[in-house]
Amino acid sequence: MDFRDSPTEARFRADLREWIENNLPDGWSERPAKPGRMDEHAAREWSRKLFDAGYAGLTWPEKYGGAGAPYSHQAIFLEEVARAEAPEHIGIIGLGMAGPTIISHGTEDQKVRYLRPILSGEEVWCQGFSEPGAGSDLASLRTRAVRDGDAFVVNGQKVWSSFAHIADWCILVTRTDPDAPKHAGLTYLLVDMNSDGVEVRPLRQVTGDPEFNEIFFNDVRVPVSNVVGAVDDGWKVAMTTLLHERGTLGFALTARLEVQLNKLLKLAREVSVNGRRAADDPLIRDGIAQRWIELHALRLTNYRALTKLMTDGVPGPEGSIAKLHWSESNQRLTKLALDVLGPRAQLDGADSIWGGYWQYHQLRSRGNTIEAGTSEILRNIIAERVLGLPKSR
Amino acid sequence: MLRSEARSWLESKLPSERVAEIADSGAGWDADVWAQMAALGWIGLSAPPEAGGAGMTFLEEAVLFEEFGRALFPGPFFSTVGLCLPALEAAPELCGRAAAGEITLALAWAERPGPLTLFEPGDYGTKAVRADGGWTLTGEKILVPDAGVVSHFVVAAGTAEGPGLFVAEGAGERSSTMDSTRAFGSVRFDDASAVMVAGPQEFGGLLGRIRLRAHCALALEAVGVAEAALVMAVDHSKTRSQFGRPIGAYQAVSHQVADTYMDVELARSLAYWAAWCVAEADPGAPAAVAAAKSFAAEAAVRACERSTQVHGGMGFTWEHMLHRYYKRAQWIDAFDGYGHAHRTVIADSLLP
Repeated sequence: MDFRDSPTEARFRADLREWIENNLPDGWSERPAKPGRMDEHAAREWSRKLFDAGYAGLTWPEKYGGAGAPYSHQAIFLEEVARAEAPEHIGIIGLGMAGPTIISHGTEDQKVRYLRPILSGEEVWCQGFSEPGAGSDLASLRTRAVRDGDAFVVNGQKVWSSFAHIADWCILVTRTDPDAPKHAGLTYLLVDMNSDGVEVRPLRQVTGDPEFNEIFFNDVRVPVSNVVGAVDDGWKVAMTTLLHERGTLGFALTARLEVQLNKLLKLAREVSVNGRRAADDPLIRDGIAQRWIELHALRLTNYRALTKLMTDGVPGPEGSIAKLHWSESNQRLTKLALDVLGPRAQLDGADSIWGGYWQYHQLRSRGNTIEAGTSEILRNIIAERVLGLPKSR
Repeated sequence: MLRSEARSWLESKLPSERVAEIADSGAGWDADVWAQMAALGWIGLSAPPEAGGAGMTFLEEAVLFEEFGRALFPGPFFSTVGLCLPALEAAPELCGRAAAGEITLALAWAERPGPLTLFEPGDYGTKAVRADGGWTLTGEKILVPDAGVVSHFVVAAGTAEGPGLFVAEGAGERSSTMDSTRAFGSVRFDDASAVMVAGPQEFGGLLGRIRLRAHCALALEAVGVAEAALVMAVDHSKTRSQFGRPIGAYQAVSHQVADTYMDVELARSLAYWAAWCVAEADPGAPAAVAAAKSFAAEAAVRACERSTQVHGGMGFTWEHMLHRYYKRAQWIDAFDGYGHAHRTVIADSLLP
């Protein structure tokens, strides 16, 4: 076991670091820490640059615009981009969910049509999975798709869809056979968000900003050629999407947590309570050490999972704990930051410390244990699928 | 593979009934088992061939520390191999005898009223003075692991020029210890003849190396202990039924088990990384080892506590093995100070 980069990996990392430094937007590192919705313009420009430099879709087949590179390169990419706090690629959903799903289950025509524009950022994707009545119990979803000639007619409502407000396409899970048992009778569709009958409404969350959206489908026509996999066989396609959503998160989350920890150290050195630096308070010091330990436990577990994936080709069970551990660690870290601020922690505006940065992230962290698989569902998955305990339902 | 070999050997030589027997009798070890281990080459695994060892690295030993934790090995393995081997680098003849299973050793550093830990500077009341071309030791040491079992002691003592490390034969006295598979004890020296293995120049560096290696060994042991507790919890929750269902079907039970799995894997990641850092003498080793020791020990304690809870009344009996694992987890957690004492190393490196 070697925790150092191989020579190829080290070269890739060094080249990437240099490229990022030379290509970040002007004045990017001096910008105010503005939480909330991503800067769409910056993201689109950045996506194009990444694509042109060959950094988009690193593990995707070269035939479809990818680099055919090993997973370790993708892990390095996510680490370096997060450390540099670079803009996000506008195609997070496309890169992380829609694309891998189409690669696994799509027809050749679908791969040729949809994959490259994801990488370049020309086409943006959103996800249509959760519904007000179907969250953890996704298979109980009710958005209906009824066959009419050479199209499906879709009616229903989806919720918690990020990017829907700017998306060109949607990966949509629908019910095509209401009489079948609930997991069998679902169909996975690729929906043009510019179709008649598609309505997007922003969803305001506890942080005050509308990061997510609701999508309403009123008699939306979707060509039959936009089915991914077979009709009524959409559940397994959806499972591929969710596996990738949880899988690719690992390294990006670790890097983000590392950035937050470094910011917390900076805060602790800057702030004083009753004449003493927070960084000199023994309880704060112990809390920070615990967060450092949690970060490295996450980072190393990801390496172990990556090593397993690269040697066996199949993800191992260690991967199932990454999101669960990260979400709870991030909640503890952001809360510790408020502890460091002390009585001033309630102030989140112009006269606050760091302009409301920590208040935003602490509130936002309450969603981490709910999104992309609730902690309760993840614990069920570990218990049932990893440890073989009897099903709870 | 060393791991599977060790696991099956330990399962056959030291099944849980035998471990319980050794623990309850106060014997502290099984001399026969120890001799067989020596024959397998496990005691001197990382010692150089010239000193009777197999010339392997800490990474191979790491496997043994973890498996010995899983088996709740009763005997001076951590004491001799985990704590004392580095001190014997300067005494290859003694090292050879240890590797052959002829002698066993424990590190003796703590005194009343202090110092208590390997972190503290050596202002020792136990003194070593030159005599007849060698040295003699006088003083008393407390909190010596396996004191009642071992034949020899590696002793931290003060000399006129500063602290040094010495090896002497001794007869320790066992102290009643929560974990009776590895009881502490005390040892007195009255002009006992001793060999110096580190003088004042080498003392600090050697003690630092011993400390890093020992803490890392305990982290690996803790992973083994935690995993054993997890396996028991998983088995019990699949087989025990109440209200017509196996209790693992109830999320209040299964989620505790899932949390233990997560704890074990995170601890394992930290312990393996720390072992690599120690083997490579990586500059990041002190922080890595502090992280591993504090987290893995606490994870092992939580694993045993949750496993006890999952076992219900049975988990609270003397007869069930769990309490023995729990006491070992607590032994590890207490060694050289609980978690926050080790996390200070990390805090000091992040926020000087």
